[in-house]
Amino acid sequence: MAKLKGSQILCESLLKEGTEVVFGFPGGAVLPLYDTLPQYPDLRHILVRHEQAAAHAADAYARVTGKVGVCFATSGPGATNLVTGIANAHLDSVPMVAITGQVARPFIGKDAFQEIDIIGITVPITKHSYAVRKAEELSTVIKEAFHIASTGRPGPVLIDIPKDVFDEEANFNYPEKLDLPGYEPTIHGHPLQIKKAAKLINEAKRPVIITGRGIIISKAYSELKELAEKAQIPVTYTLLGIGGFPESHVLSFGMLGMHGMAYANLAIDSADLIIAIGMRFDDRATSNVSRFATQAQIIHIDIDPAEIGKNLKITVPIVGDCKNVLTELNKIIESQPRVEWVREIEQLRHDHPSHIIRDTEALIPQYVIRQIYEITKGKATIVTGVGQHQMWSAQHYVYDKPNSLVSSGGLGTMGFELPAGMGAKVGIPNEIVWTIAGDGGFQMTIQELATIVQENIGLKIAIMNNGYLGMVRQWQELFYQRRYVATPLAGPDFVKVADAYGIPALRVEHKLDVIPAIQKAMETDGPFLIDFRIEPEENVFPMVAPGASIAEILEEPNKDEASLASK
Amino acid sequence: MKRTLVMLVEDKPGVLNRVTSMIRRRNFNIDSITVGHSVNPGFSRMVISVDGATTAVEQVRKQLDKIIEVVKITDISEENIISRELALIKVESTPETRAEIVRIATDVYRANVVDFTPESIIIEISGDEDKVNSLIDLLRGFGVIELARTGRIAITRGKLGPLPKAGEEQVKKQKNRKTKASK
Repeated sequence: MAKLKGSQILCESLLKEGTEVVFGFPGGAVLPLYDTLPQYPDLRHILVRHEQAAAHAADAYARVTGKVGVCFATSGPGATNLVTGIANAHLDSVPMVAITGQVARPFIGKDAFQEIDIIGITVPITKHSYAVRKAEELSTVIKEAFHIASTGRPGPVLIDIPKDVFDEEANFNYPEKLDLPGYEPTIHGHPLQIKKAAKLINEAKRPVIITGRGIIISKAYSELKELAEKAQIPVTYTLLGIGGFPESHVLSFGMLGMHGMAYANLAIDSADLIIAIGMRFDDRATSNVSRFATQAQIIHIDIDPAEIGKNLKITVPIVGDCKNVLTELNKIIESQPRVEWVREIEQLRHDHPSHIIRDTEALIPQYVIRQIYEITKGKATIVTGVGQHQMWSAQHYVYDKPNSLVSSGGLGTMGFELPAGMGAKVGIPNEIVWTIAGDGGFQMTIQELATIVQENIGLKIAIMNNGYLGMVRQWQELFYQRRYVATPLAGPDFVKVADAYGIPALRVEHKLDVIPAIQKAMETDGPFLIDFRIEPEENVFPMVAPGASIAEILEEPNKDEASLASK
Repeated sequence: MKRTLVMLVEDKPGVLNRVTSMIRRRNFNIDSITVGHSVNPGFSRMVISVDGATTAVEQVRKQLDKIIEVVKITDISEENIISRELALIKVESTPETRAEIVRIATDVYRANVVDFTPESIIIEISGDEDKVNSLIDLLRGFGVIELARTGRIAITRGKLGPLPKAGEEQVKKQKNRKTKASK
């Protein structure tokens, strides 16, 4: 067998794992790797403008395709620039393999130029990591890394490869089998536990389902629908659970939590049983956890045993893959109408219509986002950053399409929106992808407009431009007596910026211009940017104040003016 | 209450770092951690002693079990266990105190005297923490110059143990069994 160089072994192994796209940025320690790339034209390399964007793009690519996202960076600053993106993938359970160059073996530990202990830095934010020391280890390492990243509870795996290992020759044998004695995720739920759960569901009078990203990861869409319909149980979801259950379904009761729908929170507050599936009781979903669903018993289905009992006491824990567990559960739950309970929360929805957009001539972001939904007919994949625009996007687009929201949930990473939109569009080039950005977060990774142009990525970008770091400003308004410290934000003229990069763009200042602008974006081939100059001090409602119960929800103050046009 | 966790880990670089990093970032309080070879070549055995009053031991167990190199981790606090610690205690001595120090150490505590100089004695003791602590307390009266302690190691009584016995095949079998049994 012919020997291959380490860099060739790496590329061959990536192809074996089905990698088609790599987001990366070259540098000294990965020069030998980049020198090999032309030999592998099936590996498309996308040159980003900052390594953080490579990680976010790989993250979003993984979320929309269900495949493992891959990114490359050089040693030292290249590797540290990936850190935010790796942490983001870690907290949102996204399968990613990050490959970093390292200084050559004789220099390791000597504080050599661009040497940094990236393994040490990323231990807390990776599912696993590998410090490769020989070219012959590479194929096994890649196989294990992809397996670990994509199975069980997915997560990022980092592989650190010294420069001289790329040039070292070794036999290439892609391993058939894995030897991971300490890694065997529990896929099938315990039958006894599933029976116990079914009994609770059958006996419950006021059950509510709360789902998270686990439904999307395990593609348990039809199983969730069957559970909800068969037992007539209302479904609510966390931010990352959006796109797991069709939002316009009669049993869908929207997002819960800090900016969730009031009726979702109130339904949970009066529930006697919570069926939590593929979610982890994050504090943005539960608010004050000691006052969360106090009347309810809780069934918790999750693939990660450590999530069970971490934040809340659980009545019936089930460790397993959502799809498998729900398939078994659906076999033994009883079909029942639960007319009274469904009518009761339907009344809650009527009395607390959080999803209604107020009728005003002002340019408000809720209206803009709803129009993006209308014009794309709900077929778009929406990508957001973090802040007000993210919450408005979660609330006012209607997510019927499975897995149609890509957002930074756990880490809350401003600057995610543009590179993630780019990665998503690369993953699903034939679908419509809109990045909805804030003017703050957009400026954190604005340099990626160049990548979008160079790679001709047809991403549509809508900036909710209010001239503030809006979510922080909202908290200052509500909890710090309107002392707007470091939140007023002078931005550039985004239309001119887009023009400088070669991206067609429009500015929208009036409500009347919203629809034509979105239509223009849709009609234009390739990328398009719209700078929406929205109401500067528009707030996100409903809102649960920190420390409060989710039932103590502040609704939009001028509710009376709300239009009756519900979604 | 003191809780004792024993774990079998793959003997690979960085494993101890992963374990201690998890303990630190999850804000777990531990009293001691010991690492040494296990009966299985390529695998190490760790014993972690946790204060159950301040830390959710079950969370510690589950979070540590997520580390890829951790093959098995078990809380053996409810089992019938033998736990030991080794201490080397350097004590000041004078011609007047020497005999008394040696008497306390060897007659009362069954400890060994391992070094003897005109001005100091080193005593080696092994036993559970209470025994070690009590000897140290007694010797403080004479002047303890230096102290080296290992932290707790533990093993369950009887033939069966919580961790796989010798042989790698068994390591794998144990892991599978654990996976099936866990709810």
